[in-house]
Amino acid sequence: MSGIRIEGLVRDYGGSRVLKGVSLQVGPGEFVALVGPSGCGKSTLMRMIAGIDRPDAGQIHINGREVTGLRPAARDVAMVFQSYALYPHLTVAENIAVPLALRRLTTAQRLPLVGGLMPGARAARRQIEADVAQAAESLGLGHLQGRRPGQLSGGQRQRVALARAIVRRPAAFLMDEPLSNLDAALRVQTRREIVDIHRRAGAATLYVTHDQAEALTMADRVAVMQGGEILQVASPEAIYADPADLRVACFIGSPRINTLAAEADSQGFVRVAGMATGLRAPMTGAITLALRPEDLQPVAHGLPAVAEGIEFLGESLLLHARLEDGTGLVLRIAPENRGHLAAGARLALGFDPARALLFGADGKRLPARIQAAEPALV
Amino acid sequence: MSDATFGLPVAPAKATPAARHARSEAITAWLLSLPAILSYLLLLLLPTLAAVALAFTDYELGADSVRWIGLENFAELWTDRGFRQSFVNTVFYVGVVTPGSILGALVIALLIEAGVRGRTLFRAVFFLPVVSLTVAMASAWQYLLHPTIGPLNGMLRQLGIAGPAWLSDSGMVMWSLAGIGIWENLGFNLVLFLAGLTAIPRELYAAAEVDGARSAWARFRLVTWPLLGPTTLFVLTITMIRSVRVFDTVKVLTQGGPNKASEVLLHSMYQEGFTFFRLGYSAAITLVFLAIVLALMWLQTRVLDKRVHYG
Repeated sequence: MSGIRIEGLVRDYGGSRVLKGVSLQVGPGEFVALVGPSGCGKSTLMRMIAGIDRPDAGQIHINGREVTGLRPAARDVAMVFQSYALYPHLTVAENIAVPLALRRLTTAQRLPLVGGLMPGARAARRQIEADVAQAAESLGLGHLQGRRPGQLSGGQRQRVALARAIVRRPAAFLMDEPLSNLDAALRVQTRREIVDIHRRAGAATLYVTHDQAEALTMADRVAVMQGGEILQVASPEAIYADPADLRVACFIGSPRINTLAAEADSQGFVRVAGMATGLRAPMTGAITLALRPEDLQPVAHGLPAVAEGIEFLGESLLLHARLEDGTGLVLRIAPENRGHLAAGARLALGFDPARALLFGADGKRLPARIQAAEPALV
Repeated sequence: MSDATFGLPVAPAKATPAARHARSEAITAWLLSLPAILSYLLLLLLPTLAAVALAFTDYELGADSVRWIGLENFAELWTDRGFRQSFVNTVFYVGVVTPGSILGALVIALLIEAGVRGRTLFRAVFFLPVVSLTVAMASAWQYLLHPTIGPLNGMLRQLGIAGPAWLSDSGMVMWSLAGIGIWENLGFNLVLFLAGLTAIPRELYAAAEVDGARSAWARFRLVTWPLLGPTTLFVLTITMIRSVRVFDTVKVLTQGGPNKASEVLLHSMYQEGFTFFRLGYSAAITLVFLAIVLALMWLQTRVLDKRVHYG
């Protein structure tokens, strides 16, 4: 089995458990985004796969080979760091050549001046130069090869870091928030380029980010991590529409998903603020009903609420409203449906029960059945 | 400053508010820098110029007349075997102390940095010579290196080796002084290197490991040494200038002896100026010393600086 496979990784730092038995698989040629808030352990996980940090328990396999105890150099992975970690004293071409020179040349061949006299050194150097030129060219760095990192813009440095990673054709790419130091416009543009690079290189890629937009737009699959564990791994569409955990539902999506306190009666019929919803849960008691902003709409009869303000976004509006029990909600509505909505207006809110997500008291997703036995809110 | 008259021939009777403001700001600036300018002139520039002027005279302390003798002092220096000896000794001292204390400090700094515990302790231990009084420490060295009662030779005797007369053997004395010089400078350089090492981003080492730098030597060559460049340059310059200035250990331990075997530039200058009162001649030695220090500073700023800062 090629790609990256990790099983039950555990890491303790000074008494607190940073990774609580994390398992994850990145298939060959697959692009997996690991997304989570700061301090959730995602960078630690990545550093362990690279070999810079050691797990207290668990196993790491890369391309079917167990590498848990191996040095980073022996793992055949390339990493792009958040700070780019370019060598400031080397030119762009020299930076890109480092992984090749360290692997293809012997210590004697790498010596300055005399190194070139060693047998085979010249041919190896020429091959390295050709590979470096090709990698630099493919990232549009051809004309910058003689510059030092200090003379480059943030976006150019980022490309050098990428070129240094792809030049060796490693079994796996690890990217640790590579776009977080770029400005917003460049970030959107570079997203596509990284996906292109991944497609051309075809190696398993694990991409760590705290930006859900990056995770959703770039990845084949998204792994949502929080508090040292992976909550769900699924396609971007499934992560958004079909979250397995309330924490996933709350982390993914902007604005945040709306959560309403709900009650399942003895037969499992779900009520919100005393009103029937047409949903039936497989349990009783207090549960949470969650709705994406676009799934809540102003209706003729529904949950009474007060509009608090409107934000115009161009293609849509965000309507901030508050229920009588004080719950704040956000609705995304089409501008043409704005009508007479304004701050302070009273309105009624409704939703399609098929779009509602139910979560138990432990935050786990509950299967919901639509049961029209009672009159439903629509 | 021309405050935007756009070519109109405006000639106001009084200065505009902006111009008045600019002038009062300039006056304040001059007033604030005055103490520094005055002390620089009085304490640094004037004495230096006086020394330069003296170097071309035959002035002796207490002499009735002063004669302008041009380059005669320098001509005498050229033929003076004592001066030549002190020049060669100073070069030797710099040549041994500079690499010795820099390499030693770098190795110890890397060991301390790599170690887990005792960082503060080791730093303090090696820094101690820097903060202690050299004259007092020189007495301790005098005892340590004493040919008969000194502990060093005592230890050598235990091993069956007859230790040399460290400070009174003319072939040995400069080595002994250089050894003390290394001990004196090492701690200072060590602290500078430790500071330089902390400034290297950890991620570069991680990147080097992932890029395939398996050995500690490969990581040192790829990351540590180039990124320590600015620190090393500073340490190099400061150590060279400090060791050109060697004086107190020589004055206390050997007084330039035996038979001028440990005579160094500043000690010769002191002897000529304050023992023989030949201030003109002493000033000429000072000029030679000044030229060496300036040359070293020029070397730093003009030549090496360009090669270690990666803007």
